[in-house]
Amino acid sequence: MKARRSSGDGRRVPADWLAIAEETLSLARGEGATQAEALVMAEDAALTRFANSEIHQNVAETNASLNLRFVSGKRVGVASTSRLDRDGLRRVAERAGQIARNVAEGDEVIALPTPDRPIPDLLVAFAEATAEATPELRADGARAVIAAADSAGVTAYGSFATTVETTAVANTLGIRSAGQRTWSQLLTVSMGPDGGSGYAEISAVDAARIDPSAIGREASERARAAANPVAIEPGEWPVVLTEYAVSDILDMLGYLGFSALAVQEERSFVELGKRVGSDLVDIWDDGSDAHGLPMAFDYEGVPKERVQLIEAGICKGVVYDAQRAAKDGVRSTGHGLPAPNPWGPFPLNMLMGAGAASRDDLIGNLERGLLVTRFHYTNPVHPKLAIVTGMTRDGTFLIEGGKIVGPVKNLRYTQSYLDALGGVEAVGSERRCIKGFLGASVVPPVRIASWTFTGATEH
Amino acid sequence: MRDLTDRALGTASVRGAGYADIRIVRRLDESIAIKTGRVEGVASGESEGFGVRVLVDGAWGFASSSRLEPAEIDRVAGDAVRIARASATALRRRVELDDRPPARGSYETPVDEDPFALSLETKIASLLEADKSAASVRGVGYTESTYAAQREWKTFAATDGSFTEQTFTHVGSAIEANAIKGDEHQRRSYPDAGGAWNAAGYEFIRGLDLAERAGSIAEESVALLSAPQCPSGQFTIILDPSQLYLQIHESCGHPSELDRVFGTEASYAGTSFLTTDKLDEAFRYGSDLVTIVADATAPGGMGTFGWDDEGVAAQAVPLVQDGIFIGYLSSRETAPRIGRRSGGAMRADGWNRIPLIRMTNINLLPRPGMSLAEIVADTDEGLYLASNRSWSIDDRRLNFQFATEVAYEIKAGQKGRLFKNPTYTGITYDFWRSCDAVGDESSYRMLGTPNCGKGEPGQIGHIGHGVSGARFRNVRVGVGDW
Repeated sequence: MKARRSSGDGRRVPADWLAIAEETLSLARGEGATQAEALVMAEDAALTRFANSEIHQNVAETNASLNLRFVSGKRVGVASTSRLDRDGLRRVAERAGQIARNVAEGDEVIALPTPDRPIPDLLVAFAEATAEATPELRADGARAVIAAADSAGVTAYGSFATTVETTAVANTLGIRSAGQRTWSQLLTVSMGPDGGSGYAEISAVDAARIDPSAIGREASERARAAANPVAIEPGEWPVVLTEYAVSDILDMLGYLGFSALAVQEERSFVELGKRVGSDLVDIWDDGSDAHGLPMAFDYEGVPKERVQLIEAGICKGVVYDAQRAAKDGVRSTGHGLPAPNPWGPFPLNMLMGAGAASRDDLIGNLERGLLVTRFHYTNPVHPKLAIVTGMTRDGTFLIEGGKIVGPVKNLRYTQSYLDALGGVEAVGSERRCIKGFLGASVVPPVRIASWTFTGATEH
Repeated sequence: MRDLTDRALGTASVRGAGYADIRIVRRLDESIAIKTGRVEGVASGESEGFGVRVLVDGAWGFASSSRLEPAEIDRVAGDAVRIARASATALRRRVELDDRPPARGSYETPVDEDPFALSLETKIASLLEADKSAASVRGVGYTESTYAAQREWKTFAATDGSFTEQTFTHVGSAIEANAIKGDEHQRRSYPDAGGAWNAAGYEFIRGLDLAERAGSIAEESVALLSAPQCPSGQFTIILDPSQLYLQIHESCGHPSELDRVFGTEASYAGTSFLTTDKLDEAFRYGSDLVTIVADATAPGGMGTFGWDDEGVAAQAVPLVQDGIFIGYLSSRETAPRIGRRSGGAMRADGWNRIPLIRMTNINLLPRPGMSLAEIVADTDEGLYLASNRSWSIDDRRLNFQFATEVAYEIKAGQKGRLFKNPTYTGITYDFWRSCDAVGDESSYRMLGTPNCGKGEPGQIGHIGHGVSGARFRNVRVGVGDW
């Protein structure tokens, strides 16, 4: 993250937020805290949303909140506020202290992290173009997507978001972390008059690197190709998944299994050394990788480490926060979330290794199967086996003889995502950054030997 | 507060807004999380801020801030107008709002026992007792018990003279027992995995009797580890309220949202099969027994209010009457497009989000005749499914698949042995047309969904669902064996 020293226009910079966090620590000590952690999260976020080829929602938000973890021996209380004046900070310290005094003493020592390694100065996490993005710039982007849809005779729906996030963490053991990051996301669904729909999406640190016309063309061409889909029978099908579908697999596996807490509670599929994917599958988390949306440190102020999760199909590791690390006698990998956090640590910057296959190879080497653009409304049915149900959406196509021969109606699947990793037989050479429900992932398209479709719908 | 709202509306008007409204919202949250007899997290959150929504040349703009100061109000109101002007550069249909009388007055959730006045120690002790009861059952791997309360103070003002002040109090709590053996992970929860939520005070939590039910729930989670797999095939199923509420939510509530019908959610959660031609043709959504109402006046429902976030008074809007689709959840912008007045369903998640069409309380009305227990007794053979475990539905709300925590075999009108890992699937209107029994008033209760997601940027909604349980014939059960 980039630590700007001065904005020049009166807006607060990371050092200002860190000072507020430190002031809160001092107030917590005054309330009797033996340890404390203050986390400030601030954002300037804007999103322009379009539907029916016009802008219909257009919003902006300036927000900041402080989260105080107040430790008194083996007792802990957490309070948060959006009032960051002196009175607001005093009240939050009082409330957190009151909670800590009312909570029964736990049997675990509260493990706040200590500063044991430097925080990298992640210049790649911040882009001025995103921070300075205007409503007019986002409207330009929306109009470019709409123009591409108009040219293809389809209708555009989507959103263009630009956000600046500032995070500052201070604790009484010496953690002092502050920085800013930016991200931008453009996504669109194109829908045609003959039942076809197509999707395209890109996320980047720098809004200037997003080409709205290209995203608009990709979705519109897919929608045109998906017109007049035909019904096919569910069952076992080989599939080629685009990056959008693959990102759902990583998100879901991260949610279900790559957390140390999930392993400690024996609800994770992860066993170190266990094979869960084919040799072609490499997945890791790296908050400093510029291909994704980098973060220098986590919400406990701990620098993010690169963690290999799966290497050549074998489980290699899980991510830790301070509390789970203390339980296993290791150090935090920098994957903590804001307190209180009963869900445990999560990987928010996952990447999957690229392979050697071109897009044409992925499809060209498939005798008969389906090309799936994206998944919709996915939900675990059996968490420990990572069996997930969901629908296909926005462009599903039949492949025969190595060629796309036409669109098909959407299908429901009930599929183990671990079995899917085990069936990966080709990995694309190009990757894309996709923002999901767990941070952002950088993923290639893949071909999988078999996918279990269990139902069909009408479109 | 008037000085702040007047300032925002005045600034927006001077800058060129033809219409403007402002919401000033303060929200207080409290939560307790207990895991396996240990207090895992206790938190208290306070958030306040304001959002200004404007119409300029028929285009929307919205800006918001957590700094409730006069200079910031001027800046944000000005930003909202600038944003609306940017919207106008890609506009094909000017926004027109329906008429409604200016909204004036106040509303407050009825509360007998203020959850925020009750000592934290009492609330923790009560939840801990229930959790320990579940955790003490042999074979339980871990337990999770939760309590949460939210109070929101909301002031709404608009350039048409509207000014309302409302206070909402919502509470919820649940216990959950997890049993794990090898790859098998079974969960049982009470009242259901999402937590039972109501618009009420702590009296609602006391009425749940969590400690009373904890032991039996935990024993069932362990029993499920050795229970047979739920059979696959076409079955008569009875849905307990702890599952039926989510079926209503996903397959009736969401597709009835008129903004979704008009495509404005297409890029996120999708559209709806309930297109406006189906309103004109009196589409058969379900059997004659199916009557569903969006009722923003229902006692205890989290979708109950005085006015929505456009200043439209709370009302009961029929969606499905005796199986025929007859109405939508709507707003001042969307209702006139089908020749109707707003049904008052615009709600925003806090000060920093715009109002969207959200479900209020979507209630499947009870039918005189049989209680839920009597429906079971009236069933020769079938499955009784309870407590949602997983949910998924396609982007037009047609093909759905749900998993529940447990199925009980029904034979000769009696609930019998347990089955693990039940799932059922279908097409929305086929499913509701197969409904041949709905529980009566004696089985009716108000449940809620405290985590309904919609919109970009994301919003979380609190939704109510009145439900009494129902029976469906010839439903496909099972999609695999694990």
